[in-house]
Amino acid sequence: MSAGFLEIYYIKAPYHKTDAMEKYRLSVNGNTQEVSAPEDMPLLWVIRDLLSLKGTKFGCGQALCGACTVHVDGVATRSCSLPVSAVGDRKITTIEGLSADGNHPLQKAWQKHVVPQCGYCQTGQLMNAAALLKENPNPSETEIEEAMAGNLCRCGTYNRIKDAIRTASKS
Amino acid sequence: MIPKLPFLSKKAPADKSKLFIPGRRDFLKLSSLIGGGFVLGINFQCSGPKGEIVSFAPNAYLSIGSDNTVTIIAHRSEMGTGIRTTLPMIVADELGADWEAVKIQQAVGDEATYGDQNTDGSYSIRMFFEPMRRAGATARHMLVKAAAEEWNVDASGCDTRQGMVVHEASGQKVSFGDLVELLQQMPVPEIENLTLRKLDDYKLVGKSVPIYDVKDITEGKALFGADVDLPGQQIAVILRSPVVGGKIRTYNEENALKVPGVNKVVQISGNGVHPGLNKPLEGLAVIADHTWAAMKGREALEVDWELGENQDYQCATQMEAMIESTLQEGRLRRERGDVKKAFRSGGKTFEKTFRAPYYAHATIEPPTALADYKEDGSIEIWAPTQHPQWARDSVAEALEIDASQVKVNVTLLGGGFGRKSKPDYVVEAALLSKAIEKPVRVQWTREDDIHHDFYHSHSAQRIKASLDADGKLAAWNHHTVFPAIGGTSSADELHPSDGEMGLGCTDFPYDVPNIRIESHEAKAHTRVGWLRSVSNIHHAFAICSMLDEIAEDQGMDPVAYVLSLLGEDRKLAFSEEMKGAYPNYGEAIEEYPWDTARMKKVIERVAQESGWGSAETEGKTLGFAAHKSFLTYVACIVEVAEDESGKLIIPEVHYAVDCGIPVNTDRIRSQFEGGAQFATSLALSSAIQFENGRVIQNNFDGYQIIRMPQAPKKIFTHIIESTEKPTGVGEPPVPPFIPALCNALYKLKGKRIYELPVKEVFA
Repeated sequence: MSAGFLEIYYIKAPYHKTDAMEKYRLSVNGNTQEVSAPEDMPLLWVIRDLLSLKGTKFGCGQALCGACTVHVDGVATRSCSLPVSAVGDRKITTIEGLSADGNHPLQKAWQKHVVPQCGYCQTGQLMNAAALLKENPNPSETEIEEAMAGNLCRCGTYNRIKDAIRTASKS
Repeated sequence: MIPKLPFLSKKAPADKSKLFIPGRRDFLKLSSLIGGGFVLGINFQCSGPKGEIVSFAPNAYLSIGSDNTVTIIAHRSEMGTGIRTTLPMIVADELGADWEAVKIQQAVGDEATYGDQNTDGSYSIRMFFEPMRRAGATARHMLVKAAAEEWNVDASGCDTRQGMVVHEASGQKVSFGDLVELLQQMPVPEIENLTLRKLDDYKLVGKSVPIYDVKDITEGKALFGADVDLPGQQIAVILRSPVVGGKIRTYNEENALKVPGVNKVVQISGNGVHPGLNKPLEGLAVIADHTWAAMKGREALEVDWELGENQDYQCATQMEAMIESTLQEGRLRRERGDVKKAFRSGGKTFEKTFRAPYYAHATIEPPTALADYKEDGSIEIWAPTQHPQWARDSVAEALEIDASQVKVNVTLLGGGFGRKSKPDYVVEAALLSKAIEKPVRVQWTREDDIHHDFYHSHSAQRIKASLDADGKLAAWNHHTVFPAIGGTSSADELHPSDGEMGLGCTDFPYDVPNIRIESHEAKAHTRVGWLRSVSNIHHAFAICSMLDEIAEDQGMDPVAYVLSLLGEDRKLAFSEEMKGAYPNYGEAIEEYPWDTARMKKVIERVAQESGWGSAETEGKTLGFAAHKSFLTYVACIVEVAEDESGKLIIPEVHYAVDCGIPVNTDRIRSQFEGGAQFATSLALSSAIQFENGRVIQNNFDGYQIIRMPQAPKKIFTHIIESTEKPTGVGEPPVPPFIPALCNALYKLKGKRIYELPVKEVFA
């Protein structure tokens, strides 16, 4: 490219306006909540921006890091990549609804092993681990590693996460 | 404006006039700064009506309420090291508070009140261990004196424990809260006259103490940068120039404004091709009611960029030019003896080049900041920042207001690693809030973070070494070249600073008679910053790999070889050999010399604990490296293996560390566990590449950091018991891990590693 060359820089093709806001009735942590949102708004932003539940985190927006993990009918789901229009009447659980007062065996185990460093990814890690234990109450080391591979931690708490999952699986 | 980072300083460490380090004497100075001397009740609110809780604050770091609440200020930022727990814990221990009941409050950015708050450079423990002890001891002395006078007993027979003053002989007790009113009448003791607790008497210091926020974090209640909402706030997502120095020629906002929820598009001006460390890049901000609308609005923008001179930048081309430059004579940075003469003497010669890529910080929390510009021209910020004071000053500068009109609240940081020292994203929020006169949160996406970071520089190095007739290492000629951090701010900064050279390169500690260390020119075509352990990363990789190779050639065990190269127990100062300053991480070399005996001790310890060279590790593949950084001595042994499918696994890692007095052993271990995992990413999976001035990676698919299956399976940290001054552990775990891993991989695969990352190993 020669110097002085001017380039039109498009991130994507020009946007075409979609229909205005739709209303959705969502079941979140056992409560039914009504929100107005565009149909393509990811559940993550509904949870954070419209419902003000801040425990679910934004990390990548592409289902690559797991920081936004919630349960949809008990299944660990990356909320950054699930449009609100696709949720339907399935039940959403966020970290705020994982247990009544922070007493889920995984939360206790996380505290016992002092898993977090910065803590940012940990709510997603916990939600993913909770879904794993529900499906497989006594996972092997390899099963834990495979099940948790979608959740990134930059601080490097993987070993303690593993230890905490093992502790919780025995409790 | 340059941040106060000693490792970047071009000045000799003796010049600390601008560096605020509250040591014993400086602490008095600090105290006097907070309001006319170390006087009683600075934050004292005692004149309320009866029954109101009154409190007493002997200094800026703690206050005691008449309801027995002890509140301790965390003035350094929490990004995952545990410092928000560990510094207050020192105060509490010295005070004799009931730790379970202590409340920790995060300080706003205010240097005059709290001293240095730049949470960087593995500084916090080194700089504040002593001041925190004295802050707690001040209050303890006063409490004991007040109680002793009430009881009419000798103060020496009293002590504090669990929030009570106790008279040992009579068993009398009184709670701190009941003494608060008496404390108001008392003079605050001279800091010089305080007796500190003995190390052995501490109940928390030296032990394993869980972090204060662990429960909130696991319940999703902990507040990070994007978790604060203000009424009427708007969310901004910014389209920044894809090339550093690019300018907007024209733009079309029409389609963006059609996105439901988008309210405005605002232009932010950049600061040229060397934009500096605290300025935003040129960009267009889409401001919306919520994040999703802002993101979609940004996709709909059309911008005609004048990309400028960096649009031709190819990092691969620069790398070849840097490699080429190391064959020439460079700028001399350290010299001992005469390497050229030694090379001519005919002994065996080794010559290798080493390459390492750009790295991004990739904190899982992308940069974000909330700013609330007010009618009176003041502004309040909530941000995950490592350096609230610099954020404050930078916002003041950008808005042309006085720093006193800027209040910076520090949230928890979802990772920092040096990225969140730079306040560019805070300034963005401030400019936008002022522009629309509403609270604005700037939200970076992952792509923004990968594309517009302050990267760890790519680097080329060439080391030539030769042996004498007896096979002893006789000459060491190290060439290093990488775009310097200074190049981010100035076109004239083409060589690494003395500070960057002092990060594991010019402080080469080995007993070699001829040493020559040179640097070469490299221009910064992007924003270069500092990442966890900075240029120690590539310097340790090259040096420790080279020593392993020479040891092997000489038929020597690498551990024994490095121990022998360290020579007699010595305290090194490097003085006249350095061509320029040796900043020594901001400390006087007399206070913190390079102590070869301490290094030998960690090497011997790690070898012993890992079973190096013993029957128990027979058949295992181990690699070794040792590297001191940030005044902390670390040795590391990494085991590698292949599973049944031929995939690399790292079964075991052993670290030995001498960080002086260990303060919170659990957080020391967690930093080493995390450091090993962070370094695994740098060694094996991460790299940023530039083509036509742009970063070609976008997200965690292209810029890969390790996932749980790739992490070392077991990480052991062996902490040396020490009474030396404590030093930090945030960064020191990273540098030696990489060459230790590479040296092990060589044994496994039979191929020496000269280039990072070693991508193919997980295939």
